[in-house]
Amino acid sequence: MSTWMAFLKKEWIELVRSGKFFILILISSLFGIMNPAIAKLTPWLMNTMSESLQESGIVVADMTVDAMTSWAQFYKNMPMALIIVGLMLGSIFTLEYQKGTLILALTKGLSRRKVYGAKTLICVGLWTLCFWLSYGITWLYNSYYWDNGTASSLIPSAALFWLFGVWIFLLMIFFSTVFSEVSGVLAGTGIVLLASYIGGIFPKVQPYLPTKLLESQALLTQSMELSDFSWAMAVTILLAVAAGITGMVLFDKKKI
Amino acid sequence: MNMLEISHISKSFGDKKVLQDVHFTVPEHAVYGFVGQNGAGKTTTMKLILGLLPANSGSILVNGEKVSFGKNPTNRFIGYLPDVPEFYPYMTAAEYLHFCGAITGMDSKEYKKRAEELLELVGLTQEKHRVKGFSRGMKQRLGIAQALLNRPRLLICDEPTSALDPVGRKEILDILASAGEQTTVLFSTHILSDVERICDQFAFLHEGKILHQGSMDEIKNSCGESGFEIELEQEQDLNRLTKRFPGGFQKGRTHMVYGQGNAPQMESVLAWIVQEQIPLRKIEKSGLTLEALFMKVVGK
Repeated sequence: MSTWMAFLKKEWIELVRSGKFFILILISSLFGIMNPAIAKLTPWLMNTMSESLQESGIVVADMTVDAMTSWAQFYKNMPMALIIVGLMLGSIFTLEYQKGTLILALTKGLSRRKVYGAKTLICVGLWTLCFWLSYGITWLYNSYYWDNGTASSLIPSAALFWLFGVWIFLLMIFFSTVFSEVSGVLAGTGIVLLASYIGGIFPKVQPYLPTKLLESQALLTQSMELSDFSWAMAVTILLAVAAGITGMVLFDKKKI
Repeated sequence: MNMLEISHISKSFGDKKVLQDVHFTVPEHAVYGFVGQNGAGKTTTMKLILGLLPANSGSILVNGEKVSFGKNPTNRFIGYLPDVPEFYPYMTAAEYLHFCGAITGMDSKEYKKRAEELLELVGLTQEKHRVKGFSRGMKQRLGIAQALLNRPRLLICDEPTSALDPVGRKEILDILASAGEQTTVLFSTHILSDVERICDQFAFLHEGKILHQGSMDEIKNSCGESGFEIELEQEQDLNRLTKRFPGGFQKGRTHMVYGQGNAPQMESVLAWIVQEQIPLRKIEKSGLTLEALFMKVVGK
């Protein structure tokens, strides 16, 4: 087994034995089920509440729900899923700094880049698994209850949100090489994210920002086209690669 | 051949100079004691050897290869035991050793066999629980096992006995002494009896500087006389002695130690006692203990 694979295996054992892996799979599955469930239950909920709403002067018309309602829920819920996965994996480096567990591995001649590579793969891999698991479950339920054909560009739309998540994880890994505390990692990532949101106020800059990818739901209704996201995609990929490479160089010189 | 050569290393943290022109060499197959008070810079020196910290100046060679910060190729020669070794709590001792073997690039059959041998050596063969429930002594023993796993040319131990009870200390020292038969050991401590027991050479680090280094005999010679002790019958005579010959340290009501005293001083004290007809219980030249030497070196 290569030394890199050995460290990757250790990361995997840690995820499984700490229970994080199962919690994340459970949460992702719940998110996946929740989207069609909420869509399915909305008419019934509105119906049961219609009397009290009528008393307040609000008339509830008959609601029709379809796959699009469920996908709308999916895009509402995914930022929360991203935050949960992010919080669960935010301490993947800092916990090792604090406990000093990495010292023994590094003093055995294990290259820092292999440690960095294994941890990056775990973060991006787990985000990918959680995201597409939620997507897959929502897709299956939607196919069963309704028709996914009513929404167009399903996969490109989801892939844009997934790409946004990958950027967030690479940012977190970058800040893990700058700070030794998880609070620093989360604050650093939060500030960059906030900067991207604030930048979105300016229409001239907005199409180039990673946060533009969060509008990818518009592809489903064809109110936007994939080409509208070209710049945001390119910038996000560039920033993610830059964060990954800079983080790797900084980790080489990190005092552990 | 020297297994470790430290040449004129200096290291500061901000304004604080932690190491100043530290210079020493550890020959192959030596058990080398690295002695100093807490905060003297021992752990910093070890982290520099391991490439975990950058030095401000100077160079370090391990087995003839230069150590560079952030890159770890010289660590393939080294087994390291930190003062408080930390392991992944969700692994068993055997799993941890297998992990260490795999990240070192050892063949799986080889590291499994070696792990068995080492668990036997450190008395953890029967321990099937995860590290989470290990006592400090058990962690220290596992620490030694992981440090010896890839048969290192240089074993670096940072205060391996300082947090242990006497039984635990004895066990660790026995293991280190037997490891010293096969490898070179660099062993930092502030427990002087441990050094006397297993080290054949050592260096004194004080406030970031090496004050003395070499074998016990060499250091004794370079430090000069070892002083003398005197015990009188009566307390009032001791008070007279103290006034007549200041500079000693009163050990009991009638017991005085002149740690820095030389032979002519001892003769004048004796002559005075005879002249004053003071009843004497005993007078003897002290053998230079490492403790006395340490106190002398650090100026206490």
